[in-house]
Amino acid sequence: MELITAPLITVPLTIEQPKFKVMNGSHSLNPHIVVENLNIFIKGNHILKDINMTIPDKSITCIIGPSGCGKTTLLRSFNRLHDDNVDVKIKGKLFVDGEDIYTKDTEVTHIRKKMGLLAQRPCSLPMSIIDNVVYGPRLHGVRGRRKLYEIARHQLVAVGLWDEVKDRLKTPASTLSIGQQQRLCLARGLAVEPEIILGDEATSALDPISSKTIEELFVTIKDKYTVVLVTHTLRQAKRIADYVAFMYMGELVEFGTADQLFNHPKNQLTKEYISGGFS
Amino acid sequence: MNTKKLEEKIFKGLMIGSSLLIFGVLLYILYIIIKKGLPSLSWEMISQIPSGGFYLGKEGGILNAIMGSLYLIFFSVVISLLISVPVVMYLNFTLRKKSRFSAFARLTFDVLFGIPSIVYGAFGFTIMIFFGLQASLFGGIIAVSLLIIPVMIRSIDEVAILIPVELIEATKSLGATNYETIKVIVRQLLPGISTAVLLSVGRGIGDGATVLFTAGYTDSIPTSLTQPTATLPLAIFFQLSSPIEEVQNRAYSAALILTVIILMLSFSARYFSRRFSKNKI
Amino acid sequence: MLKSRLLKDRIARHYMLTATVMAIFFLFLIGGGLFLKSLPIMQEKGLWTLLTTSNWRPFKGDFGFASYILSTLYVTGIAIIIALPLSLLTSIYIIEYASPKILRAFSSVVDLLAGIPPVIYGVWGTLTIVPFISKSIAPHFVEFSTGYSVLAAGVVLAIMIIPLIISILMEVFSAVPKEMREASMSLGATKWQTVKKVVIRKSIPGVIAATVLAISRAFGETLAVLMVCGNFTDLPKSIFDACYPLPALIANNYGEMMSVPQYESALMFAAFLLFFIIVLFNVISRLVLIQIDKRYQL
Repeated sequence: MELITAPLITVPLTIEQPKFKVMNGSHSLNPHIVVENLNIFIKGNHILKDINMTIPDKSITCIIGPSGCGKTTLLRSFNRLHDDNVDVKIKGKLFVDGEDIYTKDTEVTHIRKKMGLLAQRPCSLPMSIIDNVVYGPRLHGVRGRRKLYEIARHQLVAVGLWDEVKDRLKTPASTLSIGQQQRLCLARGLAVEPEIILGDEATSALDPISSKTIEELFVTIKDKYTVVLVTHTLRQAKRIADYVAFMYMGELVEFGTADQLFNHPKNQLTKEYISGGFS
Repeated sequence: MNTKKLEEKIFKGLMIGSSLLIFGVLLYILYIIIKKGLPSLSWEMISQIPSGGFYLGKEGGILNAIMGSLYLIFFSVVISLLISVPVVMYLNFTLRKKSRFSAFARLTFDVLFGIPSIVYGAFGFTIMIFFGLQASLFGGIIAVSLLIIPVMIRSIDEVAILIPVELIEATKSLGATNYETIKVIVRQLLPGISTAVLLSVGRGIGDGATVLFTAGYTDSIPTSLTQPTATLPLAIFFQLSSPIEEVQNRAYSAALILTVIILMLSFSARYFSRRFSKNKI
Repeated sequence: MLKSRLLKDRIARHYMLTATVMAIFFLFLIGGGLFLKSLPIMQEKGLWTLLTTSNWRPFKGDFGFASYILSTLYVTGIAIIIALPLSLLTSIYIIEYASPKILRAFSSVVDLLAGIPPVIYGVWGTLTIVPFISKSIAPHFVEFSTGYSVLAAGVVLAIMIIPLIISILMEVFSAVPKEMREASMSLGATKWQTVKKVVIRKSIPGVIAATVLAISRAFGETLAVLMVCGNFTDLPKSIFDACYPLPALIANNYGEMMSVPQYESALMFAAFLLFFIIVLFNVISRLVLIQIDKRYQL
């Protein structure tokens, strides 16, 4: 219970987090999400096959691959979004912070609070801009107008939306442009103090300028968060990824640092894909 | 080739004819109701209860029926909302999709929707006898609630299907429980729920057969749940059969008032659905 | 904090489940309650006698429902025969041929009138249809008719259910995808052929569903019918004779229900009959619709 209330007000962006030597090389990874022998079946079809991967914290990991390769399915399994779908069967293990999230005792809201999800299309909740941002903190027990206002201001500043909306915080969020809404969704996700940000082709529905803003935001926040992005554009992965996972037909073909994977791919399939052989 | 064209022409003629006929008849109904009701409509009519008995007294108005109908429908709508909103939320957002239970539940509600109001009235009456109750506002509320619960469930269910999965996922990703997610969904559904309420008010306020046994009829405005109450449809029905012209006129003005209420409900339903659909995602 | 949220979630879940089960239970409660109430008379007279004889002398203990049942069927039949073709023609015209302006105007009028209560239709019927039948139509066929008749009830019911049918049919027809129409037209079919062979055929399940709802509504309608049917307990010999459908029987006599022995049970039997027929009819039509759906998919 206490774990939620105490750190909420102070944490964002103000506390200097200890730096890990993530960028120096592949050996000193600090694992954040560990996937072990993950298999997912949808309506009996084998969608993900024996996935094993370790996602390091405080970095951007991009999952790439042709459409239908299972990258979105994988991403959604990280915060158990498949729970409500009877057709999906999941086997294997998924550790977050060393804790298996697919056990019976795991409280799913607790898992989801650790991860913010940014969907393909921004989905603002049917309430005002400020209520959207503080929706999560409110759920998790933060009370008091000033506190909530501060959280909202802080997160909206962080996503660069504050100056655009500060005069109309009480208007419905649906009045914002798509690009603004997506940043609002990011602010909303950050406000629950997650450790991980999941992005499911989060920029694909946006105009180029908004999409650039969001991309830059990912780079800014990776000091504090582990960012996992599913992306369908190779160029985006090249621009921002620290680590890249290449998937094909439900299998993880190759995983490595961006430099490794783009410049010295080990696998023939990877080589073909990144040189634009197929898509 | 010629017969084909002839066939199309004949059918097109028939179609235009029947459209005009229906349009005409429907306008004619409104015309008759207004023509008969308007002359006898007065401030006295809507501000006073009948004096000297609703069947024979020449003086007074139909305030008893107006207030009775409003009380009745208000409580019935509140009760129905408390049942139908949770039902729709459960079927759509708590149960997993395509469950047998939800298919069975929907079939049941469809059947309930088709059950005649007189059956609800008769059933309400047997319940009242069972509990030893007299015809009363309370009995009327039970019967009318039974009548409009299926109406509400059906019409909220229709809009609940349109809720985007993304909204559910966005809320759940923030760590919301199922109940907290449903609160957000209900918010999103408010326009749809308002439309459903208006629809059920229209259905409930206009139905005479349900309240015939259960709510009874009286000249006064009820002051407690155990007293009988007058209603607009029955005010029309009973007073129309009276041999006295003034009383019949009360029936006609009650018919006009009921029609105006229904038209206002219908207009506001349209206004609601148009106005709020802009704010949806 | 988390505990209390989870507790709330659990309470909400139980409440929703209870509400759902309760709402489903209503159907069985209504059926069961009415059945129990009508059991005494069924045991005493036997179901067959009740359904097939038409002697109705409550004070002597004679309860024959045949004429009421037949009246109900006549009235409903006439209503559907009038309403269905008119509604079909009109909604096809409005959706397929009419301009968007007419479509909008018409659909708002239809919506408006679908909400008008039965009792209003009853008032209108007594003021217009009844005298019209008595003065202008009946004299051509029979010697005398008050106008309060099977025909009047059928016509009033028809007009009452027409807006209901049209509003469903318009939805059904506009749900047929545009591409399907275009595909048919591009093969050289005329507009009418497309309507006949594509739109209507594709809409058959919807048309059936609309008809089922309309029949259910007409079958159990009380006040509108009661006001124009004449309420006379004899088998009607022509459509200009008065009749006495089941709902009207219940509504007219509930006052004496407690003062005559077995009367209550008899009237509740009438209510149970209505209930049973409607449920059976709805379930059967649902099964038919499922069969049609299956065939379409094959």
